[in-house]
Amino acid sequence: MDILNLIRISAKALMRNKTRTALSMLGIVIGIAAVIAVVNLGEGLKQSTANQLSDMGTNLIMVMRANQRRGGVSMGSSNVQSLKVHDCELIAKNAKNVTLVSPVVNSGGQLVNGSKNWSGTVYGGSPDYLEIRKYEIATGVNFTDDDVKKYAKVGLIGQTIVENLFDDGEDPIGKIIRVGNMPFKVIGTLKEKGQNSMGMDQDDLVVMPYSTVQKRMLGQDFIQQIVCSAASENVAEAAVEEIESILRASHKIPEGGDDDFEVRTQQEMLEMMSSMTGMITTVLVAIALISLLVGCIGIMNIMYVTVTERTKEIGLRMSIGAKNSAILMQFLTESIILSLIGGVIGLLLGLLLSYVVSLFMSLPYVVNVMWMVIAFVSCAVLGLISGFFPALKASRTDPINALRYE
Amino acid sequence: MSAQNSIIKVENLKRTFVVGSEEVHALKGVSFEICQGEFVSIMGSSGSGKSTLLNILGCLDQPTSGEYLIDGISVRERTKNELSDIRNRKIGFVFQSYNLLPRTSALENVELPLVYNPDVSHRERREKAQHALELVGLKDRMEHMPNQLSGGQQQRVAIARALVNDPVIVLADEATGNLDTRTSYEIMSLFQNLHEQGKTIAFVTHESDIAVFTSRTIFLRDGHILRDESVATKSAAEALAALPKENDY
Repeated sequence: MDILNLIRISAKALMRNKTRTALSMLGIVIGIAAVIAVVNLGEGLKQSTANQLSDMGTNLIMVMRANQRRGGVSMGSSNVQSLKVHDCELIAKNAKNVTLVSPVVNSGGQLVNGSKNWSGTVYGGSPDYLEIRKYEIATGVNFTDDDVKKYAKVGLIGQTIVENLFDDGEDPIGKIIRVGNMPFKVIGTLKEKGQNSMGMDQDDLVVMPYSTVQKRMLGQDFIQQIVCSAASENVAEAAVEEIESILRASHKIPEGGDDDFEVRTQQEMLEMMSSMTGMITTVLVAIALISLLVGCIGIMNIMYVTVTERTKEIGLRMSIGAKNSAILMQFLTESIILSLIGGVIGLLLGLLLSYVVSLFMSLPYVVNVMWMVIAFVSCAVLGLISGFFPALKASRTDPINALRYE
Repeated sequence: MSAQNSIIKVENLKRTFVVGSEEVHALKGVSFEICQGEFVSIMGSSGSGKSTLLNILGCLDQPTSGEYLIDGISVRERTKNELSDIRNRKIGFVFQSYNLLPRTSALENVELPLVYNPDVSHRERREKAQHALELVGLKDRMEHMPNQLSGGQQQRVAIARALVNDPVIVLADEATGNLDTRTSYEIMSLFQNLHEQGKTIAFVTHESDIAVFTSRTIFLRDGHILRDESVATKSAAEALAALPKENDY
């Protein structure tokens, strides 16, 4: 008996009872749909995190203060004053793989414009800060190196601050507003960037020359952070090494001593984030796989019922010359067709579902082809497994008894 | 009766079942021969062994001892698969309860035995099935489903299915058992027509008024052949005409 014939016989048998066929497919449909939807959404989440991280900056490298021990006493990283503007200058001068460098000092304060006020964060940086952090100027201009030298009381404000301190249609450029007790002139506004992956509003900020924040607001000579741009993604690792050796030399850290700073690349943060989303996805896929398993048990169940219900048909087929193997193959094929069609429907449903959900959650829509293949193959295998025992039972039917079965 | 046209030959056929610790002798040594073109009825009350005999003749069961040759082939020590092939190529079954596949057209029901014969192409299958349905007078019912057909028509489809593989013998098991008198006579008339066309038919029944339409009757009782006699055949068509009109529906 050729395979085409077999498929025809099985397909006809399935067509003969459409309701039952559809119901037994349902389990597989839901299982596969769940797996595909979860995998695709997980992938979308990962992609969206990656996008947002890359929004943080251009080949961003961050140098942070690290926990330092002085005479055996752990200082805690927020008290460490190891990073200086001088370090930035050294990196800018000596690190070949680094294109842009900016110190970062931040301070919070109440922003006041007339009767309106808003609590915001002030970031102090060099004129390169905006480019490193991928902020674009909407209106006005950036501050200059000259402003840095003069501790100029100028700043650029993000859209959230524009909305909260100014009336609709009011042009903030040239206005004098206050942060804490210090008045400053708004020389520019920043384009909207939205929330980052942590849900932080990236438009709620004021950017000023670092010297202004350092001397006029905080009165400190150290800086909190250094941000740099590597020349390209490929040289990010080399850039990190350069920065580390420059800072170790500058901070006079002996061979084998602990660094008083920490260098992180965007790549590392990306890996950290994706390992987190990956874990969530894995758990959800595991749950979806359980529902797939339940679907298979459903098929096995229905196939058993089918075999019993069709005892007479099996007897007849045997009496007119169907071999035991032909009966076995027929029921196996039926269960494989059942699960494959269920799988395809589930696949399409899963794609649709993940599309709709990613639309609502404004996640990028990513299709994981590998998992689609896995799902499809596992459908065939599961069909085979769940159909095997019922089919075996069918093929062992005694035709004499089967023909008398009522 | 030359050996060449012997279709079925059984010799000292015995069949013993073991039920619990007891042995039941269903056939206690049966011998007969059916030749090409014969229309034989096998009669007996229940428990006479006629079902057991039919199962063995139909290659669904194997005798405990004795010889059985169908179309010159011994069925002793055949594997299950070989028996399947014999059933597929040499035997046509007609059952009491028709045993048609539900929700499957008459044509496809008739095609079924050929599906299990890889030598028959899809097209040949269709042609043969159409021809068989024409033979039983259901040319215009080919696409009907079993539930759209009367009992008699369903049995005709089943007969067409038994004929489609051009078997050496048609085995009918109480083929009129579920039908009223008129339809029974119609079916017997059809069998007689087929017999005239040269088909070999073995008809198992317990109704003597059905057996009279065959040309030879084998009586079984308690696993033995009681009588094996050729009888004058009554025409089913005439019997049909003689039925009172009010039986019409």
